[in-house]
Amino acid sequence: MTAADRFARLPQLLAADSDLLRRGRWLTVDCRVDIGPEPFFLAIRNGALSAFERGAKLMRSTAFAFRASDEAWSGYWKSVPEPGWHDLLALTKRGAASIDGDLRPFLQNLQYFKDLLALPRKEA
Amino acid sequence: MAIQLDPMVGRYLRTDIDGVPYRLYFEEAGQGIPLVCLHTAGADNRQYRHLLADPEITRRFRVLAFDMPWHGKSMPPDGWERGEYRLTTQSYTAAIRAFCRAMELDRPVVMGCSIGGRIVLNLAIEHAPEFRALIALEAADFQQPWYDTAWLHRPDVHGGEVCAALVSGLIAPHSPPVSRHETLWMYMQSGPGVFKGDLYFYRVDGDLREKVKTIDTKTCPLYLLTGEYDFSCTPEDTLRTARHIAGAEVLVMKEVGHFPMSENPAKFREYILPVLDKISR
Repeated sequence: MTAADRFARLPQLLAADSDLLRRGRWLTVDCRVDIGPEPFFLAIRNGALSAFERGAKLMRSTAFAFRASDEAWSGYWKSVPEPGWHDLLALTKRGAASIDGDLRPFLQNLQYFKDLLALPRKEA
Repeated sequence: MAIQLDPMVGRYLRTDIDGVPYRLYFEEAGQGIPLVCLHTAGADNRQYRHLLADPEITRRFRVLAFDMPWHGKSMPPDGWERGEYRLTTQSYTAAIRAFCRAMELDRPVVMGCSIGGRIVLNLAIEHAPEFRALIALEAADFQQPWYDTAWLHRPDVHGGEVCAALVSGLIAPHSPPVSRHETLWMYMQSGPGVFKGDLYFYRVDGDLREKVKTIDTKTCPLYLLTGEYDFSCTPEDTLRTARHIAGAEVLVMKEVGHFPMSENPAKFREYILPVLDKISR
Protein backbone atom coordinates (compact mmCIF):
# COMPACT_ATOMS: atom_id res chain seq x y z
CA MET A 1 0.00 0.00 0.00
CA THR A 2 1.44 3.40 -0.97
CA ALA A 3 1.57 6.35 1.40
CA ALA A 4 -1.21 7.99 -0.62
CA ASP A 5 -3.34 4.85 -0.33
CA ARG A 6 -2.90 4.97 3.42
CA PHE A 7 -3.92 8.63 3.52
CA ALA A 8 -6.97 7.86 1.39
CA ARG A 9 -8.47 6.17 4.46
CA LEU A 10 -8.52 9.50 6.32
CA PRO A 11 -12.34 10.01 6.19
CA GLN A 12 -13.00 6.71 7.97
CA LEU A 13 -10.24 7.35 10.49
CA LEU A 14 -11.51 10.82 11.35
CA ALA A 15 -15.13 9.73 11.54
CA ALA A 16 -14.10 7.17 14.16
CA ASP A 17 -12.26 9.73 16.30
CA SER A 18 -14.89 11.56 18.33
CA ASP A 19 -12.28 13.39 20.41
CA LEU A 20 -10.59 14.91 17.38
CA LEU A 21 -13.97 15.87 15.92
CA ARG A 22 -14.81 17.57 19.22
CA ARG A 23 -11.54 19.50 19.29
CA GLY A 24 -11.99 20.64 15.68
CA ARG A 25 -15.57 21.81 16.06
CA TRP A 26 -14.68 25.50 15.49
CA LEU A 27 -12.64 24.80 12.36
CA THR A 28 -13.97 25.33 8.85
CA VAL A 29 -11.37 25.52 6.08
CA ASP A 30 -10.38 24.14 2.67
CA CYS A 31 -6.80 22.91 2.52
CA ARG A 32 -4.52 20.72 0.45
CA VAL A 33 -2.26 17.92 1.61
CA ASP A 34 0.28 16.41 -0.77
CA ILE A 35 1.36 12.85 -0.13
CA GLY A 36 4.45 12.70 -2.26
CA PRO A 37 3.31 13.61 -5.79
CA GLU A 38 -0.41 13.07 -5.04
CA PRO A 39 -2.54 16.01 -3.88
CA PHE A 40 -5.57 15.57 -1.64
CA PHE A 41 -8.17 18.30 -1.14
CA LEU A 42 -9.83 18.46 2.24
CA ALA A 43 -13.01 20.44 2.88
CA ILE A 44 -13.24 20.63 6.66
CA ARG A 45 -16.52 21.83 8.14
CA ASN A 46 -16.81 22.13 11.92
CA GLY A 47 -13.94 19.70 12.31
CA ALA A 48 -15.41 17.01 10.05
CA LEU A 49 -14.56 16.19 6.43
CA SER A 50 -17.42 17.29 4.21
CA ALA A 51 -15.40 16.51 1.08
CA PHE A 52 -12.17 14.62 0.48
CA GLU A 53 -10.86 14.47 -3.08
CA ARG A 54 -7.79 12.68 -4.34
CA GLY A 55 -5.79 13.83 -7.36
CA ALA A 56 -5.05 17.07 -9.19
CA LYS A 57 -7.90 19.57 -9.60
CA LEU A 58 -7.55 22.42 -12.09
CA MET A 59 -7.34 25.85 -10.48
CA ARG A 60 -8.59 24.58 -7.11
CA SER A 61 -8.08 27.21 -4.44
CA THR A 62 -7.24 26.33 -0.82
CA ALA A 63 -6.27 28.31 2.27
CA PHE A 64 -3.00 26.48 2.68
CA ALA A 65 -1.12 23.43 1.47
CA PHE A 66 1.00 21.02 3.48
CA ARG A 67 3.35 18.98 1.33
CA ALA A 68 5.69 16.17 2.29
CA SER A 69 7.54 13.39 0.55
CA ASP A 70 6.41 9.74 0.65
CA GLU A 71 9.41 9.04 2.85
CA ALA A 72 8.36 11.78 5.29
CA TRP A 73 4.79 10.49 5.58
CA SER A 74 5.94 6.88 5.96
CA GLY A 75 8.25 7.99 8.76
CA TYR A 76 5.57 10.13 10.40
CA TRP A 77 3.08 7.25 10.33
CA LYS A 78 5.29 4.62 11.94
CA SER A 79 3.69 3.37 15.15
CA VAL A 80 6.74 4.75 16.97
CA PRO A 81 8.33 7.29 14.62
CA GLU A 82 12.08 7.81 14.60
CA PRO A 83 13.49 11.04 16.08
CA GLY A 84 13.08 13.91 13.64
CA TRP A 85 10.25 12.16 11.78
CA HIS A 86 7.72 12.30 14.63
CA ASP A 87 6.18 15.76 14.20
CA LEU A 88 4.94 17.90 11.30
CA LEU A 89 7.31 20.72 12.24
CA ALA A 90 10.19 18.32 12.70
CA LEU A 91 9.54 17.37 9.06
CA THR A 92 9.51 21.00 7.90
CA LYS A 93 12.66 21.75 9.91
CA ARG A 94 14.55 18.90 8.24
CA GLY A 95 13.29 19.96 4.81
CA ALA A 96 11.14 16.86 4.23
CA ALA A 97 7.90 18.87 4.25
CA SER A 98 6.71 22.39 3.51
CA ILE A 99 3.70 24.54 4.22
CA ASP A 100 2.51 27.56 2.31
CA GLY A 101 -0.56 29.75 1.99
CA ASP A 102 -2.53 31.33 4.84
CA LEU A 103 -1.02 29.74 7.95
CA ARG A 104 -3.54 31.29 10.32
CA PRO A 105 -6.13 28.47 10.29
CA PHE A 106 -3.29 25.96 10.48
CA LEU A 107 -1.76 27.57 13.57
CA GLN A 108 -5.10 28.36 15.18
CA ASN A 109 -5.76 24.63 15.07
CA LEU A 110 -2.22 23.29 15.14
CA GLN A 111 -2.78 20.32 17.44
CA TYR A 112 -5.86 19.35 15.45
CA PHE A 113 -3.84 19.28 12.22
CA LYS A 114 -0.96 17.39 13.81
CA ASP A 115 -3.39 14.77 15.05
CA LEU A 116 -5.48 14.72 11.87
CA LEU A 117 -2.46 14.09 9.68
CA ALA A 118 -1.17 11.47 12.13
CA LEU A 119 -4.37 9.38 11.91
CA PRO A 120 -2.88 6.81 9.47
CA ARG A 121 -0.44 5.98 12.29
CA LYS A 122 -3.32 4.14 13.95
CA GLU A 123 -3.20 1.55 11.16
CA ALA A 124 0.60 1.17 11.19
CA MET B 1 -7.84 7.79 55.39
CA ALA B 2 -4.54 9.54 56.21
CA ILE B 3 -3.88 12.96 54.69
CA GLN B 4 -1.63 12.59 51.64
CA LEU B 5 0.79 15.46 51.15
CA ASP B 6 3.57 15.84 48.61
CA PRO B 7 6.87 16.60 50.38
CA MET B 8 7.72 19.95 48.76
CA VAL B 9 6.81 23.25 50.39
CA GLY B 10 6.07 26.45 48.46
CA ARG B 11 6.96 29.96 49.65
CA TYR B 12 7.49 33.47 48.28
CA LEU B 13 10.91 35.13 48.36
CA ARG B 14 11.24 38.92 48.40
CA THR B 15 14.31 40.02 46.48
CA ASP B 16 15.51 42.69 44.07
CA ILE B 17 16.70 41.80 40.59
CA ASP B 18 18.70 44.57 38.95
CA GLY B 19 17.21 47.00 41.47
CA VAL B 20 13.59 46.01 40.81
CA PRO B 21 11.64 44.39 43.67
CA TYR B 22 10.15 40.96 42.99
CA ARG B 23 8.14 38.39 44.88
CA LEU B 24 9.39 35.05 43.57
CA TYR B 25 7.53 31.82 44.15
CA PHE B 26 9.61 28.73 44.79
CA GLU B 27 9.18 25.21 46.05
CA GLU B 28 11.75 23.23 47.92
CA ALA B 29 12.29 19.82 49.45
CA GLY B 30 15.21 17.90 50.94
CA GLN B 31 18.47 18.72 52.59
CA GLY B 32 22.11 18.82 51.65
CA ILE B 33 23.70 20.28 48.55
CA PRO B 34 21.50 23.05 47.13
CA LEU B 35 20.16 22.09 43.68
CA VAL B 36 18.42 24.98 41.91
CA CYS B 37 16.16 23.94 39.02
CA LEU B 38 15.25 26.20 36.10
CA HIS B 39 12.09 25.59 34.10
CA THR B 40 11.73 25.90 30.33
CA ALA B 41 10.43 28.92 28.39
CA GLY B 42 6.77 29.73 28.93
CA ALA B 43 6.45 27.22 31.77
CA ASP B 44 6.94 27.13 35.54
CA ASN B 45 8.45 25.17 38.40
CA ARG B 46 5.80 22.44 38.32
CA GLN B 47 7.99 20.76 35.71
CA TYR B 48 10.22 19.66 38.59
CA ARG B 49 7.54 18.27 40.88
CA HIS B 50 8.72 14.68 40.44
CA LEU B 51 12.30 15.58 41.25
CA LEU B 52 11.12 17.49 44.34
CA ALA B 53 9.29 14.39 45.51
CA ASP B 54 12.08 11.86 44.89
CA PRO B 55 13.59 10.73 48.22
CA GLU B 56 16.63 9.30 46.44
CA ILE B 57 17.45 12.88 45.44
CA THR B 58 16.13 14.88 48.39
CA ARG B 59 18.06 12.85 50.97
CA ARG B 60 21.26 14.35 49.54
CA PHE B 61 20.10 17.54 47.86
CA ARG B 62 18.07 20.53 48.92
CA VAL B 63 16.08 20.89 45.72
CA LEU B 64 14.75 24.38 44.97
CA ALA B 65 12.67 25.26 41.92
CA PHE B 66 11.57 28.85 41.47
CA ASP B 67 9.21 30.45 39.00
CA MET B 68 11.00 33.07 36.95
CA PRO B 69 9.42 36.55 37.07
CA TRP B 70 6.32 36.59 34.79
CA HIS B 71 5.97 32.80 35.16
CA GLY B 72 3.81 30.57 37.33
CA LYS B 73 3.11 32.31 40.63
CA SER B 74 5.93 34.86 40.34
CA MET B 75 4.33 38.11 39.23
CA PRO B 76 5.77 40.44 36.62
CA PRO B 77 7.18 43.72 37.98
CA ASP B 78 4.87 46.62 38.73
CA GLY B 79 4.06 48.45 35.51
CA TRP B 80 4.32 45.31 33.38
CA GLU B 81 1.27 46.43 31.42
CA ARG B 82 3.22 49.28 29.85
CA GLY B 83 5.82 47.22 28.03
CA GLU B 84 6.61 44.00 26.26
CA TYR B 85 8.37 41.23 28.18
CA ARG B 86 11.76 40.28 26.82
CA LEU B 87 14.17 37.97 28.59
CA THR B 88 17.86 38.65 27.92
CA THR B 89 21.08 36.88 28.80
CA GLN B 90 21.77 39.63 31.30
CA SER B 91 18.33 39.69 32.96
CA TYR B 92 18.10 35.90 33.12
CA THR B 93 21.56 35.58 34.67
CA ALA B 94 20.71 38.33 37.15
CA ALA B 95 17.49 36.59 38.22
CA ILE B 96 19.23 33.29 38.93
CA ARG B 97 22.08 34.90 40.85
CA ALA B 98 19.62 37.06 42.82
CA PHE B 99 17.65 33.99 43.87
CA CYS B 100 20.78 32.10 44.94
CA ARG B 101 22.15 35.12 46.81
CA ALA B 102 18.86 35.99 48.56
CA MET B 103 18.43 32.37 49.65
CA GLU B 104 22.04 32.38 50.92
CA LEU B 105 22.86 29.21 48.98
CA ASP B 106 26.44 28.06 49.28
CA ARG B 107 27.81 27.17 45.84
CA PRO B 108 24.63 25.53 44.59
CA VAL B 109 24.28 23.13 41.70
CA VAL B 110 22.11 24.68 38.98
CA MET B 111 20.18 22.51 36.56
CA GLY B 112 18.19 24.15 33.78
CA CYS B 113 16.25 22.89 30.79
CA SER B 114 15.93 24.44 27.33
CA ILE B 115 16.34 28.20 27.90
CA GLY B 116 17.34 27.12 31.40
CA GLY B 117 19.99 24.91 29.83
CA ARG B 118 21.25 27.71 27.63
CA ILE B 119 21.56 30.09 30.57
CA VAL B 120 23.41 27.40 32.53
CA LEU B 121 26.06 27.63 29.79
CA ASN B 122 26.26 31.36 30.45
CA LEU B 123 26.65 30.72 34.18
CA ALA B 124 29.57 28.44 33.28
CA ILE B 125 31.04 31.16 31.06
CA GLU B 126 30.68 34.12 33.43
CA HIS B 127 30.22 32.87 36.99
CA ALA B 128 31.64 29.35 37.28
CA PRO B 129 33.28 29.84 40.72
CA GLU B 130 29.84 30.51 42.26
CA PHE B 131 28.60 27.01 41.49
CA ARG B 132 29.46 23.47 42.60
CA ALA B 133 28.32 21.94 39.31
CA LEU B 134 26.11 22.88 36.37
CA ILE B 135 23.66 20.65 34.53
CA ALA B 136 22.31 21.78 31.16
CA LEU B 137 19.33 19.82 29.85
CA GLU B 138 18.38 20.21 26.19
CA ALA B 139 21.06 22.85 25.79
CA ALA B 140 23.32 24.10 23.03
CA ASP B 141 25.25 27.26 22.29
CA PHE B 142 22.89 27.93 19.37
CA GLN B 143 19.95 26.25 17.66
CA GLN B 144 18.35 26.69 14.27
CA PRO B 145 14.87 28.30 14.65
CA TRP B 146 11.96 26.24 13.34
CA TYR B 147 8.96 28.62 13.56
CA ASP B 148 8.14 32.32 13.61
CA THR B 149 7.57 33.47 17.21
CA ALA B 150 5.23 36.24 15.94
CA TRP B 151 2.49 33.57 16.00
CA LEU B 152 2.81 33.16 19.76
CA HIS B 153 1.17 36.42 20.79
CA ARG B 154 -1.59 37.85 18.63
CA PRO B 155 -5.32 38.16 19.20
CA ASP B 156 -6.45 35.81 16.45
CA VAL B 157 -4.46 32.80 17.69
CA HIS B 158 -4.97 31.38 21.18
CA GLY B 159 -1.57 31.81 22.81
CA GLY B 160 -1.81 28.93 25.24
CA GLU B 161 -3.07 26.48 22.66
CA VAL B 162 -0.56 27.38 19.98
CA CYS B 163 2.35 27.30 22.44
CA ALA B 164 1.32 23.86 23.66
CA ALA B 165 0.69 22.57 20.15
CA LEU B 166 4.09 23.77 18.97
CA VAL B 167 6.01 22.12 21.79
CA SER B 168 3.91 18.94 21.74
CA GLY B 169 6.14 17.72 18.93
CA LEU B 170 9.17 17.99 21.17
CA ILE B 171 7.86 15.28 23.49
CA ALA B 172 9.03 11.74 22.73
CA PRO B 173 6.36 9.28 21.52
CA HIS B 174 7.38 6.98 24.37
CA SER B 175 6.44 9.44 27.12
CA PRO B 176 3.40 8.43 29.18
CA PRO B 177 0.26 10.21 27.92
CA VAL B 178 -0.51 11.58 31.38
CA SER B 179 2.92 13.18 31.66
CA ARG B 180 2.75 14.45 28.07
CA HIS B 181 -0.50 16.23 28.73
CA GLU B 182 0.57 17.54 32.12
CA THR B 183 3.57 19.12 30.38
CA LEU B 184 1.32 20.65 27.74
CA TRP B 185 -1.19 21.93 30.31
CA MET B 186 1.55 24.08 31.85
CA TYR B 187 2.26 25.59 28.43
CA MET B 188 -1.41 26.41 27.99
CA GLN B 189 -1.34 28.47 31.19
CA SER B 190 1.50 30.86 30.44
CA GLY B 191 0.71 34.59 30.41
CA PRO B 192 0.22 36.34 27.06
CA GLY B 193 3.53 36.89 25.30
CA VAL B 194 5.64 35.25 27.99
CA PHE B 195 6.80 32.29 25.88
CA LYS B 196 7.57 34.71 23.06
CA GLY B 197 9.48 36.98 25.44
CA ASP B 198 11.53 34.05 26.75
CA LEU B 199 12.41 33.08 23.21
CA TYR B 200 13.90 36.51 22.61
CA PHE B 201 16.74 35.29 24.82
CA TYR B 202 16.87 31.99 22.98
CA ARG B 203 16.69 33.29 19.44
CA VAL B 204 18.11 36.80 19.44
CA ASP B 205 20.18 37.56 22.51
CA GLY B 206 21.61 34.24 23.65
CA ASP B 207 23.99 33.09 20.92
CA LEU B 208 26.92 31.62 22.87
CA ARG B 209 28.81 29.98 20.01
CA GLU B 210 32.10 31.69 20.60
CA LYS B 211 31.82 32.15 24.34
CA VAL B 212 31.41 28.46 25.27
CA LYS B 213 35.03 27.88 24.28
CA THR B 214 36.07 29.78 27.41
CA ILE B 215 34.26 27.44 29.84
CA ASP B 216 36.59 25.94 32.42
CA THR B 217 35.13 22.67 33.71
CA LYS B 218 37.93 22.35 36.27
CA THR B 219 36.46 25.34 38.06
CA CYS B 220 32.93 23.96 37.77
CA PRO B 221 31.97 20.60 36.26
CA LEU B 222 29.44 20.79 33.42
CA TYR B 223 27.01 18.06 32.38
CA LEU B 224 24.99 18.21 29.16
CA LEU B 225 22.02 15.87 28.69
CA THR B 226 19.73 15.99 25.65
CA GLY B 227 16.80 13.81 24.59
CA GLU B 228 17.00 12.11 21.22
CA TYR B 229 13.49 13.31 20.24
CA ASP B 230 14.31 16.97 20.82
CA PHE B 231 14.31 18.48 17.33
CA SER B 232 14.57 22.02 18.73
CA CYS B 233 17.85 21.44 20.54
CA THR B 234 18.97 18.29 18.77
CA PRO B 235 21.53 15.84 20.15
CA GLU B 236 23.77 17.05 17.33
CA ASP B 237 23.46 20.63 18.62
CA THR B 238 24.49 19.52 22.10
CA LEU B 239 27.33 17.30 20.87
CA ARG B 240 28.64 20.14 18.71
CA THR B 241 28.55 22.45 21.73
CA ALA B 242 30.32 19.88 23.93
CA ARG B 243 33.13 19.53 21.41
CA HIS B 244 34.09 23.12 22.21
CA ILE B 245 34.16 22.59 25.99
CA ALA B 246 37.06 20.54 27.33
CA GLY B 247 35.93 18.25 30.13
CA ALA B 248 32.18 18.64 29.58
CA GLU B 249 30.29 15.38 30.08
CA VAL B 250 27.58 14.81 27.50
CA LEU B 251 24.83 12.25 27.31
CA VAL B 252 22.07 11.63 24.75
CA MET B 253 18.93 10.33 26.44
CA LYS B 254 17.07 7.62 24.54
CA GLU B 255 13.27 7.78 24.26
CA VAL B 256 13.20 11.30 25.71
CA GLY B 257 12.33 14.68 24.21
CA HIS B 258 12.72 18.33 25.20
CA PHE B 259 11.12 18.09 28.67
CA PRO B 260 12.78 15.11 30.36
CA MET B 261 11.85 15.94 33.94
CA SER B 262 8.15 16.37 33.24
CA GLU B 263 7.42 14.33 30.10
CA ASN B 264 8.92 11.12 31.41
CA PRO B 265 10.03 11.43 35.05
CA ALA B 266 10.84 7.73 35.46
CA LYS B 267 13.06 7.63 32.39
CA PHE B 268 14.77 10.93 33.30
CA ARG B 269 15.56 9.53 36.73
CA GLU B 270 17.66 6.79 35.10
CA TYR B 271 19.82 9.47 33.49
CA ILE B 272 19.99 12.14 36.18
CA LEU B 273 20.64 9.97 39.25
CA PRO B 274 24.14 8.91 38.13
CA VAL B 275 24.97 12.57 37.44
CA LEU B 276 23.77 13.62 40.88
CA ASP B 277 25.69 10.70 42.41
CA LYS B 278 28.90 12.02 40.87
CA ILE B 279 28.21 15.56 42.09
CA SER B 280 27.43 14.46 45.64
CA ARG B 281 30.56 12.30 45.99
